[in-house]
Amino acid sequence: MSMKSSTRQVDGVTIVDLSGRITLGEGSVVLRDTVRDLLSKGQKKILLNLGDVNYIDSSGIGELVSAFTTSKNQGGELKLLNLTKKVHDLLQITKLYTVFDVKDDEAAAVKSFTK
Amino acid sequence: MSQNRVSYTLDSTLETVNSAEETAGRMAAEAGFDDEEIMKISMAVREAAVNAVLHGNAYDPTKKVTMAFEVTPKDLVISIRDQGKGLDASKIPDPLAPDNLMKTSGRGIFLIRSFMDVVEIHPSQSGTELRMIKHVHGNAADSKEAPQ
Repeated sequence: MSMKSSTRQVDGVTIVDLSGRITLGEGSVVLRDTVRDLLSKGQKKILLNLGDVNYIDSSGIGELVSAFTTSKNQGGELKLLNLTKKVHDLLQITKLYTVFDVKDDEAAAVKSFTK
Repeated sequence: MSQNRVSYTLDSTLETVNSAEETAGRMAAEAGFDDEEIMKISMAVREAAVNAVLHGNAYDPTKKVTMAFEVTPKDLVISIRDQGKGLDASKIPDPLAPDNLMKTSGRGIFLIRSFMDVVEIHPSQSGTELRMIKHVHGNAADSKEAPQ
C-alpha cells in the first residue's frame, strides 16, 4: 500500500522514481519530504517519474500541486513523467493536466529543463 | 429487494479509510462492475471516508464512522456517516474555478461526484451522511445527481 521513492541525477536534473500509491498518509508524506529535501539541497530541476504510481487520491493530487508550487516559488522547475492512465485521467478531470508540464520520454524531458 | 448488505462502525483512523476502499472494491466486483468502474467506485468511497475521518470527525478517537454497502439488482448503494459538525455542501468551493485550481485540497467531493451516478449529502447536527449510488450496467440512463 505504501509508496517508494528513489532519486538519480541525469544531466543536472534530479529524477525521482516513485512507485506505489500517493495517498493521504504515508505516500503523500514521502513525496512532500522528497521534494522539500531536494529543494533544500539546491536541486531545483525535478522530474517526477510516476510510471509506477498505480494509484493517487485527492490528497496525492494536492501533494503534486504543492510540490509544483513550492518548486516554482523557489526558482525551480518540476515536471511529471510517464503518467499511468489512471493518473492521467485524474489530472484531466481536475483540469491540472495543462497546469503541469507532463512528459512521456525521459531523455526529452531532461533536455526540456532550462539550462 | 436487497441481495447483499454489510455495515460497519469503525474508528476515525486511516485504517478505516483503507478498509472502506477495500470493501467498496470487493462489493463493486460482486455487483459486476468492470475494473475501471471498480477503481472509480473505490476511489469515491476512499474520498468519502477521508472526509468523514479527517474533516468530519477530525481523527477524534471518541467519534465513529459508520459505513453501509448494499448491492441491489439495479445499484450499488453506499453510505458513509460521520459524527462531525455537519458539512454544508453549499460552501464547498468549485475546485475547477481558476482561483482554486492550484489549491492543495478541496477535490474530494468533486471526485466523488465525478465517479458516482448519484451523490447526496445529508448534514445534521449529529454529523454528515454521504450517500452514493452507482447504477449497475443497463441502468445508467437513470443517472442523475440528486439535489443537495
